[in-house]
Amino acid sequence: MKWFGFIAVFLCGSLFIYGTVEFPGWGDPLSPTSTHVSPYYIEKTMEDTSVPNIVTAVLADYRGYDTMFETAVIFSAGIACLFLLRQMKRKKTDFRLYRHTATGITFRIEKGGKLPPTAKEFERIDGLWTPYDLIIKTTGRFIIPFIQIFALYVIAHGHHSPGGGFQGGVILGASFVLFAISHDLRSALNRMSEKLTAFFYTLGVYIYAGTGALCILLGANFLDYSALATILFVDPVTARSHGILIVEIGVGIAVMAVMVILYYNLVSAGKFDEGL
Amino acid sequence: MVDLLTIIISKYNYWGYIVLMMIGLYAMIVKKNLVKKIIGMSIFQTAIIFFYVSIGMKKNATIPIISHGHDGGEHAVHAVDFINPLPHVLMLTAIVVSVATLGVALALAIKVYQQYNSLEEDEIDSQIKVK
Amino acid sequence: MIWQLDLIILTFVIFCGIGAITIKDLLGAAILFGAYSFMMSLLWAIMGAVDVSFTEASVGAGVSTVFFVSAVFRTTRRTKD
Repeated sequence: MKWFGFIAVFLCGSLFIYGTVEFPGWGDPLSPTSTHVSPYYIEKTMEDTSVPNIVTAVLADYRGYDTMFETAVIFSAGIACLFLLRQMKRKKTDFRLYRHTATGITFRIEKGGKLPPTAKEFERIDGLWTPYDLIIKTTGRFIIPFIQIFALYVIAHGHHSPGGGFQGGVILGASFVLFAISHDLRSALNRMSEKLTAFFYTLGVYIYAGTGALCILLGANFLDYSALATILFVDPVTARSHGILIVEIGVGIAVMAVMVILYYNLVSAGKFDEGL
Repeated sequence: MVDLLTIIISKYNYWGYIVLMMIGLYAMIVKKNLVKKIIGMSIFQTAIIFFYVSIGMKKNATIPIISHGHDGGEHAVHAVDFINPLPHVLMLTAIVVSVATLGVALALAIKVYQQYNSLEEDEIDSQIKVK
Repeated sequence: MIWQLDLIILTFVIFCGIGAITIKDLLGAAILFGAYSFMMSLLWAIMGAVDVSFTEASVGAGVSTVFFVSAVFRTTRRTKD
């Protein structure tokens, strides 16, 4: 099997390498990819949308349908992961575990017993050994706000520099993942619960599709943002730029929520009890 | 000799993407571990993205962000001066979709492990045949 | 665009890819895949695809490595090939 696979791969690769003989040279300005439609995008983006980053303009304006359904694909991936792994029935354990935060000693309390909620120096944990490190916790708490500010900057500044909804959303999701790793899954779920995540990823897709539908209501084509000029009180060119920003915010929210829900499901195998 | 060198310089990126693609294909065909297969799938995807980015490249051109300023004013934009942005757009969405498919694939792998207590393909096969 | 640098990083990418599929430890394979993604994002930054490179650095080297590590944590670390 190994040799069969190797020979098949080798033959396939030689065919591909033979195919590259006909390719245009690398970096050729006159290659077919660079001569048909892309010069229009490069030369007209500034006049049409006043967005300097051509990639953002093409992503959210000229090819808005593409990005909308990519967002729908990400949304359905989050739903699929939820359906595959989530176990709704929680297994009842007959004891609870608490840890004294100052010394790290673990207490096991049998069924029926419960610590009084006023005991602040104890925290509830799930396994006998849950990772607990003061340095990692403090560093995580210190670094997470900066990651989130950077993510918001990436979303908002996507018009003028590399970035946009996808990247900013992934970084924003990564900050929640970092919180879940440096603390534990229980406190991450307190901050960003499963219901809130579900609300956010539907909200993101809704913002994208709703912007398109709003354009129809204002008398233009689907996702033609220049129609938004009448309700934003700007000229049509600036309205396209603002429309791109609204759509990118929707994409960012959806991607963030899907990253968080994928992480929650994968790391706890659908049980949502203990993380890494 | 000079001809050969020009051919190599103008084509080696394509050969690089073919080598990466074949590494991914080999992992998907031969490796028996499911996580290894998923890693092979991801390598295959990045190889395709690499190919798309390579064909969008232009010599003596800059990144596709138009320089602008409040005082500098507008000046004419020529398509030759900027790298082709279209493959970048298509591939940017493809990367994010690839992480979504990666999440679903890993979820399936975890489900298989819970069922058969193994990630190796031959062990799963033998357990299916016994039943 | 410096083609020598491009060639060196391309070689790194190929070696990281080969390493990621041959190593016999799945956690090591996940980390090597993260290194592969990061090298790939450097390669795209050299080619001028800054947006793609940024996406790959945050998605491929960041989040998907975390996904692999968490999946390995939930299943098994050992493999035969």
